[in-house]
Amino acid sequence: MITLTQQLESYLESFSEFEKLAAGHALPWLRKLRQDAFARFCEVGFPTTHDEDWRSTNVSAIAQTAFRLTRNRRVRLSQQELEPYRVAGVACQLVFVNGHFARELSSLGKLPDGVKVNSLAGEISSNPEAIEPHLGRYLDIRRDAFGALNTAFVEDGAFVHIPRGTLVEEPIYLLFVSTADDAPSMSHPRNLIVAEEDSQATFVEDYVSLDGGAVFCNAATELVASDHAVLSHYMLEREHKQAFNVSTLRIQQGRSANVVSHSVLLGGALVRNNIHPVLAGEGGECVINGLFAGDGHQHLDNYMLVEHASPHCGSRQFYNGILDGHAHGVFHGRIIVHKNAQKTDAKQTNRNLLLSDDAQIDTKPQLEIYADDVKCTHGATIGQIEGDALFYLRSRGIDEVSARKLLLFAFASECLDRMKQGPVRRHVEGLINRCLFQMADSVPDVPTGDRREDTGRNWGEIG
Amino acid sequence: MSLLEIKNLHVSVDKHEILKGINLTVNAGEVHSIMGPNGSGKSTLAQALARRETYNVTSGEVSYNGKDLLAMKPEEAACEGIFMAFQYPVEIPGISNAYFLRSALNAIRKHRGLDEVDAMDFLPMFREKLKLLDMDEKLMNRSVNEGFSGGEKKRNEILQMAVLEPKLAILDETDSGLDIDALRIVAQGVDAMRNPERAILVVTHYQRLLNYIVPDFVHVLVDGRIVRSGGPELALELEEKGYSAMEAEARSATPA
Repeated sequence: MITLTQQLESYLESFSEFEKLAAGHALPWLRKLRQDAFARFCEVGFPTTHDEDWRSTNVSAIAQTAFRLTRNRRVRLSQQELEPYRVAGVACQLVFVNGHFARELSSLGKLPDGVKVNSLAGEISSNPEAIEPHLGRYLDIRRDAFGALNTAFVEDGAFVHIPRGTLVEEPIYLLFVSTADDAPSMSHPRNLIVAEEDSQATFVEDYVSLDGGAVFCNAATELVASDHAVLSHYMLEREHKQAFNVSTLRIQQGRSANVVSHSVLLGGALVRNNIHPVLAGEGGECVINGLFAGDGHQHLDNYMLVEHASPHCGSRQFYNGILDGHAHGVFHGRIIVHKNAQKTDAKQTNRNLLLSDDAQIDTKPQLEIYADDVKCTHGATIGQIEGDALFYLRSRGIDEVSARKLLLFAFASECLDRMKQGPVRRHVEGLINRCLFQMADSVPDVPTGDRREDTGRNWGEIG
Repeated sequence: MSLLEIKNLHVSVDKHEILKGINLTVNAGEVHSIMGPNGSGKSTLAQALARRETYNVTSGEVSYNGKDLLAMKPEEAACEGIFMAFQYPVEIPGISNAYFLRSALNAIRKHRGLDEVDAMDFLPMFREKLKLLDMDEKLMNRSVNEGFSGGEKKRNEILQMAVLEPKLAILDETDSGLDIDALRIVAQGVDAMRNPERAILVVTHYQRLLNYIVPDFVHVLVDGRIVRSGGPELALELEEKGYSAMEAEARSATPA
């Protein structure tokens, strides 16, 4: 455990060293971006549970660990080690090891003409003009310390540029691998995705770890959906159960742009996933779909900030959570409807299944409406596996574990059904299946006759 | 050997004794009807035989096909050939009817040492049973019972019974809430499944269903005990006189 002063000193030391050597250190605008962000981080420090946006999530475990940058520690992985993480049917797979692009492990595949996929560090060195208009323009470093920290250490990640009118049919797949070190280590991957007018594409960020140990991944993605662009984004968190993962997806939507974001949180010890779309152009549509499933002492926090800044935009948030053991889930869905965003249609739904007495969910809708002609609804439910349904399945010959698995999968499939058929959905389905199978296997040890079976689902509407 | 032999069965729910000593023997090929007023314990008997764990057997024995039924879990009883058509079929969003039914069939086939049936082989036999119950094939791709009408739910129960081919079928008030057309379809579906190897226990409040499924034996259940047993004519007598006469009889027979 370290004190606040030691903490800042440790980050200052990392930053001073980083700043001198990082890609683009000679570019004045980038230098300023990093310095301003670091200053902001020093000013605010890590959030505490007194901050409204962090009330249910205590990050002191991150704050009190002296993480070191992985910059000086390039780990070489073999193709073989990555084999289990390869996904079939993708346009290209970019691999990042502890936040750094690993060219030898990546495959660029075949992309339509004009589509550019590169490492951010590579692009900073070779073509910084392409980046300058966008990098750091959307992610607000004043929102939280993690965003500031990511921007302070911005260097590597993925850079994707899709030209106007281009359709990329197969998904662009980004794999982030963390490896253990003797000392706690951190990485700050930063992705910049710019999709020009009328383009279409799918992006996947998949976070995995090869071995245990204290790792802290603080990722941020700026996703620019220009007018009429149609984009899908997937965030898959399946790191080991000691990993810290904070991620922010900042979406900037133009006129009639359509973005679907899917978050699937299955792994990690302390996970916070921020989704922050700004519907800046008229007629934009945004769907934020999510599934989180945790057991043990996992903490899975889903934070959404949906900003309606233009008229005639629609947003939908659907999150399903399954929590077992002592797991703690958070759903915080904030919707801000700005003054001129008339005819906004915003909806949020959060459904949760608690499989044990010690599992916990905090669900919090937060609507701030400054326009007068809008439709905003929200609803949350918390329940258990329904005893009636379990008995119904068992009375037809299906054993208890399989029946529980079927019911869990049925609950999760509401989220899966919002994903388009294809390689990514098949991949996600496999991950969810494996995760839920383990959960269904841990049948609660309650003596027969005393089962809390008939308490049913208790779907209580909240709010 | 009888297919089902119930001896002095006592069952409690939430520490209230509902069944107070049931004795009943059912042989393969027979249809028995359990009739009784509301709250007499008819459904409790059905649920206890289907091995619902919230129905607590406090004493008695049930032998089924020579095995101790009370030692079985619900899925084991089902695999051994017991099927209960629910009074209130459960809605299960997210699981398709066809997938559910095939999973159930395969669980039972596996238990019997038979090969699993794949989706292709399943379809033809499934279609045939659907026709028997005059059901729309579209219902099969919908979630289990979700958004089904009352009649569709009950027909779905009998469809499951037709696919799973139980040795002992228990119909728990399958007739309740059905209009006469739906009742006829359901009853004919059940009647078509009568055969010398299969026993059927029809739990009902009213006699009407028994016009279509004529039972070999009728038992009257009052306050957790069988107070009279007889042939199909007993059902007609009940219809005429109502349960009150028999309830009075039962009260005078058992001192408080």
